[in-house]
Amino acid sequence: MQELARRVIKGDIRGIAKAISLVENGVETVKKEALIDALYPHCGHAVIWGITGPPGAGKSSLLDRLIEHIRRDKKKVAVIAVDPSSPFTGGAILGDRLRMQKHAVDDGVFIRSMASRGHLGGVAGATGDAVRIFDAAGYDHIIIETIGVGQTEIEVMELSDIVLLVLVPGLGDEIQALKAGVMEIGDIFIINKKDHDGADRLRAEVEYVLSLKNGTGNTTEHPITMTSATLNEGIAEAYSLIQAYYTTILKNGNLTQKRKNRIENELKHIALSKIKEHVDKFLNIDDCLDSWVENVFQKKVSPYKLLNKKIDKFLQEINWK
Amino acid sequence: MDKKTRILIAKPGLDGHDRGAKYVARALKDAGYEVIYTGIRQTPEAIVKTAIQEDVDFVGLSLLSGAHNELFPKIVNLLRKKGAGDIIVFGGGVIPESDIPSLKEKGIRAIFTPGTPIKDITDFIETVK
Repeated sequence: MQELARRVIKGDIRGIAKAISLVENGVETVKKEALIDALYPHCGHAVIWGITGPPGAGKSSLLDRLIEHIRRDKKKVAVIAVDPSSPFTGGAILGDRLRMQKHAVDDGVFIRSMASRGHLGGVAGATGDAVRIFDAAGYDHIIIETIGVGQTEIEVMELSDIVLLVLVPGLGDEIQALKAGVMEIGDIFIINKKDHDGADRLRAEVEYVLSLKNGTGNTTEHPITMTSATLNEGIAEAYSLIQAYYTTILKNGNLTQKRKNRIENELKHIALSKIKEHVDKFLNIDDCLDSWVENVFQKKVSPYKLLNKKIDKFLQEINWK
Repeated sequence: MDKKTRILIAKPGLDGHDRGAKYVARALKDAGYEVIYTGIRQTPEAIVKTAIQEDVDFVGLSLLSGAHNELFPKIVNLLRKKGAGDIIVFGGGVIPESDIPSLKEKGIRAIFTPGTPIKDITDFIETVK
């Protein structure tokens, strides 16, 4: 087994940090895959939480409070806090840990900021692998904090056992709550800033929407709770709801189903990206693209016609057809 | 994707003036770096732990209170003690010219005083990274 994997499994902080950089940078593919393969047998012990919601809902502040409760139970916790990368410069300000800095010197808490690096979906491309690294390193709880989401950034659902959806009053009427997307992925609904105007009304709207749905296949009831991270109110209740929810999905089989779905998604994803690599290489897309663009622009050929021809040639070459 | 340069911008000690630190953080973001910003009143221990967990290449320290001779070297030494002496430390803030040579001797690689053009900082990062 490689040295880095050994350090991760031992729980060595610098080793874990370096391992995350390795999966994040994605340059050394062979090394990265060997690392994840070596860690895989050691995974599966952690409870994986996702925490998502609109920008400024209080996700980081709420987490800061929830971490206190996790630590009181003597459990180790890792946080992966995702913030957006600039689409123009690729730079990023990663400021989530600012709200959790009181845990900075606690050995049982590992916070890692991650820039989205162009990945859509509310998390970073490497978030899933980072979860594995923390899992193999022995963290009991791993929490993924998404970027502030809009309506369609739902990938966190595919990575977590439990999704906490943090909502705040003042962002729109009940029609917003009826819409598809983010509103459908919450396992537990947390209405933060409960001291603000409209919090009770938001709760009633969410209750109404939840009474209408379910086509998601998840049969577990969705609890709703209200908190104020700033005033430190409702946190203990939220924490016990999370624990109770986990126990329920563990017993009723939903957790196993979720984890199998996760593996299914991951396998599809890996397969697709591997195939894409080969196809890209065969078609020599980077070099050909300019001339293709020119031909399509001048209407010498239509996009489907051009690519179907290329793909057919590729399939013939590999004896598929 | 290439290897991204990650930089921690932190304010040790008790001074609460973070306008300079925020300006530098923002400018470094615009220059394409990933900047972790942890805010004011950080202990050297918290800064070092953050730097290691975040696997940064640089730590930029900002201080305006006059405690730089005490706190900057303390952070460099703590990093070395934790086996992270390869992380490059630079500093900024109201720092008298006469203090700069001794700070450099103690492992702070560069000091940027008020009025420094941001390009000096990005040039420094590009040269030593």
